[in-house]
Amino acid sequence: MSDFAFCLAVSAALFTLGVVGVVVKRNAIVVFMCIELMLNGANLSFVTFARQHGQVDGQIFVFFVMAIAAAEVAIGLAIIVTVFRNRASINVDDVTMLRR
Amino acid sequence: MLVPTALLFLPLLAGVLINGLLGAKLPKWLSATLGCAAMGASFLGALTVLPFVRAGNVGDQVLWTWMAAGDFTVDIALKFDNLSCVMALIVTGVSFLIHIYSAGYMSHEDQRGLSRFYTYLNLFVFSMLVLVLGNNFALMFVGWEGVGLGSYLLIGFWYDRERKEGDTTFPAAAAKKAFIVNRIGDFGFLIAILLMITTFGTLQFDAIFANAAGVAGGPALLWGQPVLWWITALLFVGAMGKSAQIPLYVWLPDAMQGPTPVSALIHAATMVTAGVYMVARSNVLYTLAGTGHSIVAPIGIITALFAATMALTSFDFKAILAYSTVSQLGYMFVGVGLGAYGAGVAHLMTHAFFKGLLFLTAGSVLHAMRDVGDIRRMGGLARKMPITFITFTVAALAIAGFPFLSGFFSKDAILLAAYQQSQPIFWIGAVTAGLTAFYTFRLLAIAFLGKPRDQELYDGAHESPAIMTLPLVVLAVLSATAGAVLGMHENGMFYRALAGVLNMEHHPGAATMTPMFISVAFGLVGMLGGLLVYRGKSADQLDRPNALLALPRAKWHIDELYNAAIVRPIEVVSRTVLWQLVDKWIIDGIVNVSAAGVYTLAGVARNVQTGVVQTYAALILAGAIVLLFMKALY
Repeated sequence: MSDFAFCLAVSAALFTLGVVGVVVKRNAIVVFMCIELMLNGANLSFVTFARQHGQVDGQIFVFFVMAIAAAEVAIGLAIIVTVFRNRASINVDDVTMLRR
Repeated sequence: MLVPTALLFLPLLAGVLINGLLGAKLPKWLSATLGCAAMGASFLGALTVLPFVRAGNVGDQVLWTWMAAGDFTVDIALKFDNLSCVMALIVTGVSFLIHIYSAGYMSHEDQRGLSRFYTYLNLFVFSMLVLVLGNNFALMFVGWEGVGLGSYLLIGFWYDRERKEGDTTFPAAAAKKAFIVNRIGDFGFLIAILLMITTFGTLQFDAIFANAAGVAGGPALLWGQPVLWWITALLFVGAMGKSAQIPLYVWLPDAMQGPTPVSALIHAATMVTAGVYMVARSNVLYTLAGTGHSIVAPIGIITALFAATMALTSFDFKAILAYSTVSQLGYMFVGVGLGAYGAGVAHLMTHAFFKGLLFLTAGSVLHAMRDVGDIRRMGGLARKMPITFITFTVAALAIAGFPFLSGFFSKDAILLAAYQQSQPIFWIGAVTAGLTAFYTFRLLAIAFLGKPRDQELYDGAHESPAIMTLPLVVLAVLSATAGAVLGMHENGMFYRALAGVLNMEHHPGAATMTPMFISVAFGLVGMLGGLLVYRGKSADQLDRPNALLALPRAKWHIDELYNAAIVRPIEVVSRTVLWQLVDKWIIDGIVNVSAAGVYTLAGVARNVQTGVVQTYAALILAGAIVLLFMKALY
């Protein structure tokens, strides 16, 4: 297994872990962390492909993703805090207001 | 020719738009002036066409292509020849007089009503001009429907009026009846148009008439009759509706619910003659198909006699005139049916003058009598309304065929054709001429002569203002002199002018004076009879039941017959089958089932929307996986 293939496999594993976590976990913080995991899985793919093709674009993309992820964390955590204040729970099953 | 064309049509269009859109905001005098000015300009346009046409400058004027589908095209194109020019002059001329008259007659309407009235009138005349000037059957049909609409709107002008005491109908119902009965005729017209498209591949008059001879001997289309027979017969069904012939005449007497100038304009002088014009215009087809003799003339003569019997017994001023119109239209169809196209058109023209005049005098009388139309309450009006009386007398003499007045020439031309071709039609026609004279002078004797029957109404009666009597005088002059001045005698100017358009070869026998003497004799006997029998009779004497007159007085129960045979069954079928079964179960059923289906499906799909974000994430994931697999597979 080449280095590139290994890195892509790790990336896929990270992403899959993240997806499974987002779908099955009940704690909003954990769901949130899993989203970060997915982002980082994607980041690893970017970097790998950038190396493989000898182009710097992918690496630049990673910085963008990190910056967006940071901003997203700020907003996401704020939302979770607000939800907790209103409902005294951060269980995602309890937050079903979108239904109506 | 573009200038007269614009002058003919554009002012009326402008009148319709201005009065129709801004009417409620204009002052009353302006609405009336606008309507009359538009009409006057149009009349001027018709007059400016006349010298062109008289100079032999006849032909089609193509304005633009209306529709084109492969080889089949229909143009917005006008036909200027002697026939359409005569028609345009009659239509615009008589309409102009009636527009002016209406300014006086309708002066009690409020501003909205007056502007609405003139909008409708201008719209009607516009449509009528399209009808008579179009150079193809499609455009004629547009005008045909347009005048039907105008007639509907104007009969129902007082749409908020309820049934009056003693009346059988009211404006809204009469308008509806007129429209529906006309639609039945229009259906025939439409099928004829479709047949012409399949047979000739065009709707243009000249092209059809040029090719008609090649189609004449064709194979039978249906019931052993060739296609040309069917085209002409179905066209005549349209004419039956528009020109009020048996069996579709029933709407015309009811149309008297409209304002009287409308009765004069639409239901006497112009629209109802559209059928006669159409048969005359299609004279090539009728001559080739032979339907004129077998269908048009017999129906015409039966209608003439039948309607005369009802005019003879009615007590309503306008109803008498309405039945008289039906009867005279029958005469015109006898003329065009027997191939005397010129005579039919001549009678159309003189009838427009004297019947328009009769209706306008009726309006003048109704105006004076506070809208009481029952002649049993009139009497002695000659003293109160001298101008109305004199003009009425002129019109009565003209319609009765008094020698050398206009009706004499046109009626005798028709009777001459009948005498040469069919003795039964001639004798019925002569008797009807006698009846015509009789009922007209009966009306004159009851309404204008003798003693007043209703003193209170009589005391309130007064002569109409000058704006109303002036058109009466003009029409009276026309009624008296049109025949002599325009040369409606044998080989006169009128017939020579029309010879280029109409087939004039209708004189198989030698010219003879006999029919003229016979019909004049019948007419004079009728006049004297009407005067002597009804002069000075009291209301009670008039009212006395008479076994002989009961049936025609009840209008031969035709309305009841139609109600029982056609209207009621349709209503019942509509109510039970169409409404309760088709509409409620089938149509509503389809709607309900499709709605229920959507509801059920949505109920299933609704389960997806849990509000739990993770469900959505899982679904997105599933979707992504499916897409990936599809990508991998294909």
